[in-house]
Amino acid sequence: MTGVATVLVKTFLAAAVEAIEMVTIVVGVGATRGWRSTVLGAGAGFLVLAVVVVGLGFALSAIPIGPLRLVVGALLLVFGLQWFRKGVTRVAANGLAGLRANVADDPEVWRGRGVDWTAFVLAFKGVLLEGLEVAFIVVSFGANAGRLGAAVGGGVAAVVVVGVVGIALLRVVLRIPRSLLQLVVGILLTTFGSFWALEGIGVSWPGGDGAIPGLLAAYVLTATVNIAIERRGVSECAAPFGRSEVTTWHA
Amino acid sequence: MARVISWPLAFARFWYRFIVGDDWTVAAAVALGLVATAVLNRRSVNAWWLVPLVVIVMVRVSVLRAKPVPGRRDGPRP
Repeated sequence: MTGVATVLVKTFLAAAVEAIEMVTIVVGVGATRGWRSTVLGAGAGFLVLAVVVVGLGFALSAIPIGPLRLVVGALLLVFGLQWFRKGVTRVAANGLAGLRANVADDPEVWRGRGVDWTAFVLAFKGVLLEGLEVAFIVVSFGANAGRLGAAVGGGVAAVVVVGVVGIALLRVVLRIPRSLLQLVVGILLTTFGSFWALEGIGVSWPGGDGAIPGLLAAYVLTATVNIAIERRGVSECAAPFGRSEVTTWHA
Repeated sequence: MARVISWPLAFARFWYRFIVGDDWTVAAAVALGLVATAVLNRRSVNAWWLVPLVVIVMVRVSVLRAKPVPGRRDGPRP
């Protein structure tokens, strides 16, 4: 493989990992809260990113990414945990209800007239942090190999390819029951939030980025156990009365 | 004028809801977990497990707090 191709492929693969995290957050938040404010937030994130990248150029690597990871990670973590808990209680109470439910009936979907700042902030932060990480990868790989053009090509291609795959998977995401979708997005935000916040503190994760699937598995297991416990509690209480009378508090 | 005064309030309310939500104990536990991890990290202890542990415990605690208890009004909404 030539030097250009090597830099292109290496940058593409490294940037794709960051792009997957970015697209996961944008698609998850958009599907749960609504698209207008999510797209606005993602667009604003790309705009700020473009200004920073064009303005700083090679000096980009001087940005203290640690504090940014800590702030963004901690915010995603505390917000993700709220959806994590709500998702557990909703799935425990309603099962996979909402499979064909009207999206407009979902309490998490923004129905106000203005901007849904929650969706905006989540998408903005996801795009800005992950976009900066892609930019760091491009600058460091490109500068080390003396082939910035190939590195830029690899980084941009990774974001575009992962973005197209995310859009293609949108239909599948939208078919996920609403109660389960909130749980899934909550677990994903909690996973990325835990990972980034601790990286920002300076903790080294065992296995580096490979720790993300491990965290995800631990949180999925936590959700499964909590749902099982809650559903058992509901069915035990429901036995003498009839199920609908007992589950009304969850609605 | 009223708009000028209400904007900072709305801004503060948004961030309060974003960070604290309806269960302050979760945000407090996460903050304590992050501070403890930072302190341990400064003492060369790689406590990567602490915050995930806090998350696992607090999900259970928050689910329990979300259950309606007669007479209690401070719990999170289910």
